[in-house]
Amino acid sequence: MLQFFLRRLAVMIVTAFTLSLIVFFITNMYPNLEKSAKNDGNFRMGDDAVLSYLTNRGYLQPFYIKYGQWLGVLPGYVIKGSDEKTRSRCQVLGMTVEDTPKYCGIIQGNWGYSSMFKERVGPILATRLGLTGKLMLCVMLLMIPASLVLGILAGMREGSKTDRGLSAFAITTTATPEYVSSIIFIAIFTSSAVGLKWLKGTATGAMEDATIDNFLLPVLTIALYGMGYIARMTRASMAEVMTSQYIRTARLKGITFYRIVIKHALRNALIAPFTVIMLQFPWLLNGVVIVETIFNYKGIGWVLVQAAGSNDIEMLLAVSVISVFVVLVTQLISDIGYVYLNPRIKVT
Amino acid sequence: MQSLAWIEIIGGISFQLLPVWIALILTFGFSIYYKRRLGLYGKLFDSTIGMIGFAIVMFWVFSGIFAGIFDWIITHDPLHQVSGMKNKLPGTPMRGAEEGEYPYYLFGGDHLARDVFSRMIAGGTVVILIAPLATLFSFMVGITLGLSAGYYGKRLDTNLSFLANLILAFPVILLFYLLVTPEIRATGLPQYLTVVLFAFPLIFIAVLINTRFQTTPTARNIYLTLALFIVGWAYISVINQPESKITLFNSIDLFDIDGGLLTVFVSVVFVNSPTVFRIVRGLTMDIKTRDYVAAAQTRGEGAWYIMLWEILPNARGPLIVDFCLRIGYTTILFGTLGFFGLGLEPESPNWGATINGGRKLLLMYPTPALVPSFALMSLVLGLNLLADGLREESLRD
Repeated sequence: MLQFFLRRLAVMIVTAFTLSLIVFFITNMYPNLEKSAKNDGNFRMGDDAVLSYLTNRGYLQPFYIKYGQWLGVLPGYVIKGSDEKTRSRCQVLGMTVEDTPKYCGIIQGNWGYSSMFKERVGPILATRLGLTGKLMLCVMLLMIPASLVLGILAGMREGSKTDRGLSAFAITTTATPEYVSSIIFIAIFTSSAVGLKWLKGTATGAMEDATIDNFLLPVLTIALYGMGYIARMTRASMAEVMTSQYIRTARLKGITFYRIVIKHALRNALIAPFTVIMLQFPWLLNGVVIVETIFNYKGIGWVLVQAAGSNDIEMLLAVSVISVFVVLVTQLISDIGYVYLNPRIKVT
Repeated sequence: MQSLAWIEIIGGISFQLLPVWIALILTFGFSIYYKRRLGLYGKLFDSTIGMIGFAIVMFWVFSGIFAGIFDWIITHDPLHQVSGMKNKLPGTPMRGAEEGEYPYYLFGGDHLARDVFSRMIAGGTVVILIAPLATLFSFMVGITLGLSAGYYGKRLDTNLSFLANLILAFPVILLFYLLVTPEIRATGLPQYLTVVLFAFPLIFIAVLINTRFQTTPTARNIYLTLALFIVGWAYISVINQPESKITLFNSIDLFDIDGGLLTVFVSVVFVNSPTVFRIVRGLTMDIKTRDYVAAAQTRGEGAWYIMLWEILPNARGPLIVDFCLRIGYTTILFGTLGFFGLGLEPESPNWGATINGGRKLLLMYPTPALVPSFALMSLVLGLNLLADGLREESLRD
């Protein structure tokens, strides 16, 4: 088990490393650098101005050196610029050049400086991740129980009317991406055209104080899209378990139907959905970006859209490293959980 | 002129869609009549769910084709702005309609005074054209790599699986934001990606023909040359763009595809193929152990013959089902790209961009955003139902 865990951890680190290398490479291509220079400076900069801007801030050093500095294995640059001002990568406001540490990369716990938000990346990430975490937690609390109950009810008696109805509902939710369902919800529940006006169409207020009013729609939107898929998996798995021999034996012994479902079928039926729930995370992250944009909820997804718009290199790198880690960690949990839940499988 | 009532709007739209209804009735009539001779396609008409799904999908296919080729169905130019028609309700008569012009905006006007109904149908044309094609390309990439990874195993499998997992670990939107921007297009990166990804159909077709006609070299040579010439030329025309990073073949370039569209297309193929790869790889590893594969190996057949003509046909059931589902998913991805304004022209009537455009005034004028939303939802739902029906019917035998 330990060996399996360590090997997976090693693969994870290699994957995250490779991905950060790719993101670093793409964001550091010259047209992208030009974009960030113009976003940070001004949009009417000429080619010369862009060039000196980039040189002064160390953007035009060789690729591997820049990457090493970002990682923290090479000393940060100290460049005396064409405007006679000395800039250092590790310099924080109010520090003299002599005081600054030599190394400042993510190994030292320094995520860099966001050119878009004009702030250090670390604190931004902390607050934004907290907000997204709140959203995700609510989504999970709604999505997992609802989809499991849906799937179990549908799979319990395969082919029944309940099954047909619930399956139709599940298939409709999987066919409705977040940007469609949120539009429909906003139109129905908040607009003056329909006239219900029960809820709010923006979740900006939910960042401080989440109420049903301002938080239900974003949560519902993300939860619904993921729900259909999990419910269908649960249904298939439940239907399979219900046809197995030991369930028939239990019925022949005269145990009541609901007792069979709860005591005998559930544990085996929930193995497959568990892995599916964990593997849904990459999709959920997508949903988060879309929903945060639509409802103007300033979490990590919103930050991603803003950072990508102005090629905010260090912010983009931080967001991608974090999201990749979330995806990989959930994959690991899914694998381990699968083994734990299913005694027939041994880790090799 | 008076505005139309709801019943008149529905009537007007149904009348505009008349060619689609006729085509649908003809398709269903023939298919149901001959369903016993049509294999899996015919069996689809035994399942109600499959038929509903098929009807919805074919509705969009027919309306897309008729609007795209014959210019039927759409009432106004989807890009044309008419003064005085901004944010109008459905059924508003068109101001200053000339002789021969359709006198109403059936679904009203959007925030730029364009006809919502025509934009919906035109958006359908875009999707019907791109989504199946992009899915087909991802399948060719996924099948070629998945077959070899599953069949050969070992080092090749480890490496390809690592690559696939690498791409899958990226949240799709982040990948789109990195790949589909004008700046990245200037670096030529999507074009190099095109060169690599579009080479797979070429390899796939060549190997397919080669393995089939291996025993008759003359026929093989003729077919292979012919296929390589046609597909190869198309390949060169696609990757070559004047005034870009690849201008080597300017003299024999047949057609040019809009750079934004190509970038969108390639990134969707790029995102989709790892999943197809994983499915095909799994299926191959399962089928590899069957007796007929062992028999073919004993006969001394080549590895690629076994992969393409023994394993692949036996994996077709799950692959066809996944193909339908994946077209739906691709439609959603295109919508996402349009929604974030990536790649395609903001003017273009694709559903995602239209939804995003209508979002700003959603609270007062919901129709411009709702109409494309329901269009997209219905198409994806139709594809999902179709896949469900196919799965049910293919499991039956």
